[in-house]
Amino acid sequence: MPDPARSITLTVNGTMVRVQPGTTVAAAILIAGGYTRTSVSGEPRAPLCGMGICFECRASIGGKLHQRSCQILCTQGMDVRTP
Amino acid sequence: MSETWDVVVLGAGIVGAACARACSLRGLRTAVVESGAIGGGATAAGMGHIVVMDDSEPQLALTRYSQQLWMALSDRLPPQAEFESCGTLWVAADEEEMQEVRRKQRVYASLGVATEILDSRALREAEPHLRPEMAGALLVSSDAVLYPPCAAAWLLEEAIHFGAKLYAPRTVVSASAGHVRLDGGTELTAEHIVVACGADSVRLIPELPLRKRKGHLVITDRYPGLVRHQLVELGYLKSAHSLTTDSVAFNAQPRRTGQILIGSSRQYGAEHTAVDHAILKAMLARAQLYLPALGACSAIRVWTGFRAATPDKLPLIGPWPADETLFLATGHEGLGITTSLGTGRLVADALSGAATEIPLEPYLPVRGPIEHSSSTHPAAGGLHA
Amino acid sequence: MKKAFDVVVAGAGPAGIAAAVTAAAQHRRVALVDDNQRPGGQIWRSGASLPRPARVWLSRLEASAVEHLSGTRIFDHPAPGVLCAEWNETAMELHYEKLVFATGARELFLPFPGWTLPNVMGAGGLDAMVRGGLPVAGKRVVVAGTGPLLLAVAAHLAARGAKIVAICEQAPFARLAKFAAQMSRYPGKLLQGLAYRLAARHSRLYCGCWPISASGSTALESLTLRQGNRTWSVACDYLACGFHLVPNLELAELLGCRIQDGFVAVDDLQQTSVANVYCAGEPTGIGGVEMALVEGQIAGLAASGSAEAARKLIPQRRRMLGFVDALRRTCALNPELRRPAADTTLVCRCEDVPFGTLREHTSWRDAKLHTRCGMGPCQGRICGAAAEFLFGWGPDAVRPPIFPALVSSLAAESTNPNKSMEDA
Ligand SMILES: Cc1cc2nc3c(=O)[nH]c(=O)nc-3n(C[C@H](O)[C@H](O)[C@H](O)COP(=O)(O)OP(=O)(O)OC[C@H]3O[C@@H](n4cnc5c(N)ncnc54)[C@H](O)[C@@H]3O)c2cc1C
Ligand SMILES: Cc1cc2nc3c(=O)[nH]c(=O)nc-3n(C[C@H](O)[C@H](O)[C@H](O)COP(=O)(O)OP(=O)(O)OC[C@H]3O[C@@H](n4cnc5c(N)ncnc54)[C@H](O)[C@@H]3O)c2cc1C
Ligand code: FES
Repeated sequence: MPDPARSITLTVNGTMVRVQPGTTVAAAILIAGGYTRTSVSGEPRAPLCGMGICFECRASIGGKLHQRSCQILCTQGMDVRTP
Repeated sequence: MSETWDVVVLGAGIVGAACARACSLRGLRTAVVESGAIGGGATAAGMGHIVVMDDSEPQLALTRYSQQLWMALSDRLPPQAEFESCGTLWVAADEEEMQEVRRKQRVYASLGVATEILDSRALREAEPHLRPEMAGALLVSSDAVLYPPCAAAWLLEEAIHFGAKLYAPRTVVSASAGHVRLDGGTELTAEHIVVACGADSVRLIPELPLRKRKGHLVITDRYPGLVRHQLVELGYLKSAHSLTTDSVAFNAQPRRTGQILIGSSRQYGAEHTAVDHAILKAMLARAQLYLPALGACSAIRVWTGFRAATPDKLPLIGPWPADETLFLATGHEGLGITTSLGTGRLVADALSGAATEIPLEPYLPVRGPIEHSSSTHPAAGGLHA
Repeated sequence: MKKAFDVVVAGAGPAGIAAAVTAAAQHRRVALVDDNQRPGGQIWRSGASLPRPARVWLSRLEASAVEHLSGTRIFDHPAPGVLCAEWNETAMELHYEKLVFATGARELFLPFPGWTLPNVMGAGGLDAMVRGGLPVAGKRVVVAGTGPLLLAVAAHLAARGAKIVAICEQAPFARLAKFAAQMSRYPGKLLQGLAYRLAARHSRLYCGCWPISASGSTALESLTLRQGNRTWSVACDYLACGFHLVPNLELAELLGCRIQDGFVAVDDLQQTSVANVYCAGEPTGIGGVEMALVEGQIAGLAASGSAEAARKLIPQRRRMLGFVDALRRTCALNPELRRPAADTTLVCRCEDVPFGTLREHTSWRDAKLHTRCGMGPCQGRICGAAAEFLFGWGPDAVRPPIFPALVSSLAAESTNPNKSMEDA
């Protein structure tokens, strides 16, 4: 059961998103209604494998580029950016 | 079965491909034999820096000649060859190295290569991520970078377009007295056999004065704009690099993709392709010294390759005295991507009886000792990738 | 940072957890290393609604003295007895007397037009995303590909409120039926299978069926499915599609372990061809959780010098080998699955290399050099396996780093100039 008291707030491209503890950044990005990256030929991409091997979920997290968002859990106040 | 050709080129690395293109353009009936992937030898390992180098006068002449040929061709290269006229910045760490910058400028000017001296501030503007204490740099704007395997494939495609025939994947088993034997029994007859098998040329001609010189490269994920020019250190004055022992130098290249290619290392006597961790570590430590921001970049691949090195670091271009049907085009050490086009032209001119545009003598397989441009710096230029 | 252990276990899935807990019970100093933040591997990763064995093993892990190094990715093996890993942007050197690697498997993805659209995911992929907090209640989901995983995923998603539009299994019905019959020899699994089938009973199961294209403007909107000569379209929000599993062999290859028929060769005690190195779980054969647990225990015991105790478990493992085989036969791919890829369909998702460009090449290396296929950050993990199926190309030799690593981490690597890396 979602517990509002325990929820975490982070920003995805400047928009606030509220998630439950244990939520991955990749899930938060999709919840925020976005996708994770733009491919080299300009296509929008979103997570494929969910297990850290496809690198489709790369996003900038806390200012660090190319982080695999499916392997990282959301933390309070995290700043996530996708192109 | 035997087929007859004017020229059979052995090897379709970038040198063989350039030779085949130049020969077939000249109207010579040309065949090319390659045992693996096109450009899959040292050409696949190389950094792809098209650079004018002044280690010796003949080196300067061949690199300058070749660099001009690349410029002339650049508009026609396909996009996958990733040709980029980013220029080279020879980075000077201190005032002592700035003197070398000034010397280098004079040498380049003597061949009509325009350069510009950047002081510390101008360098910071040109490359904001370099360590700020750098004294300055020499900018050589006419230098470029490209992606060698695709450039080689395109040169070969052109050769085929002009009538050359490719035998691949086929291995040359032996080559002598105008006869080339391939695996599977095919025999080719040719007036001239151009040996462009890179470091493996010694398998066909064991007497060649070639040694393998191993190099490591690292490529990062995409960080567009982090590096803008090919950056090369001038730091040989202080580090005790020599021609005989292992060495590393800072060398960073911006790829069109936004990736950064990091070099470089040189090792003799290392025959195995495995990554040498001590060398890799030293090379990357040096790179971070110059470009601290590299530390936080994600490296996605490391590879090694072998340069075909001659004792005087000049390529072997010309007939092989023991068998004059063999014409060598090998031994390009760390500059074969650059000098491939010049080599191709020299080979085509020599084989078709035309006058060469620069003197061939310094590169002949049997030659006297050469003079280095600056005898106090025996490794001058040797720090290049 | 340097840490030393008697036993290092790489991978915290069921196999790795079992190995680590078992070795720790033998009073060994044990580290359990996993890229992920949470233990459990592909199946037990999220705490919610886990089956009993998962709860048992996870609580054993918690109660044990195992040092769990989570979020720690192994990227190199510079010398025998040493692994290099990266944790939170920091390089770490892990020294071991014995190594158990249990690096699991990944899904096989096959390209078809539209497979790069957002919301087209792996079967395990969508499952993992949902475990990681993605809500699917009310969403229309098609589950496709092959293997018992599809039913498991459908059941789980249905339990989370998703509407399963269709389950498309590429294998023909007869093969599935035969597999189900064989499963009766593995009681635990039969029950599991039935439970999944029940949970997903509101959806349709199509055999000999697969997606041939996906469309949508910025994300998946509809799918075209094919079964025999029939093709039809369905509207959906997610596609969960995976064509069974391929083992993660990068570490095995770096270590120099002998690979046989695509899997790590091990003896009865899970010992690989390399001294002091053991392997458990999916890299030795795709066998599911129960197999992974037994192998993990054997490896954990063997690596802590308790070969006698380990031998007692061998018969249990042997009994399961038949399941590995049955699974492999059931999931064998229909060659027709090569057909959906069109010339413009991207095969390499990192570098956006289309099928038509690759088709002109003769080998993986040739294609890689000239098209950049496999040159991106996934290092060919996705497109390499697809190209193997599409073109029959074998993979390249593995070189460090086996995962992208920071330049500073590579620079911090052990300099021990041990000649371990030389191929014998
Ligand atoms: C790490 C590194 C960095 C470098 N960076 C640069 C740089 O920035 N700029 C630059 O200009 N140069 C650079 N170089 C040098 C450059 O890569 C080489 O000089 C150049 O690629 C040599 O080309 P080649 O065609 O002579 O040899 P190769 O590319 O090795 O080609 C030889 C070909 O012959 C084939 N062959 C061999 N034996 C046989 C046989 N028996 N039968 C049939 N075929 C055969 C091989 O398969 C191969 O394809 C670098 C080299 C290294 C190793
Ligand atoms: C969604 C899903 C549902 C499934 N359902 C069932 C089921 O119901 N019944 C069943 O029997 N089987 C099921 N399976 C299969 C099951 O997951 C596997 O059989 C089992 O997880 C294998 O365990 P393992 O320990 O071998 O590998 P995994 O669980 O895959 O664990 C391997 C771990 O190693 C880590 N790792 C790999 N390389 C590195 C590295 N270089 N550095 C650090 N860490 C690394 C990975 O991140 C991963 O956490 C399912 C699989 C999936 C994906
Ligand atoms: S979704 Fe594949 S790496 Fe994150």
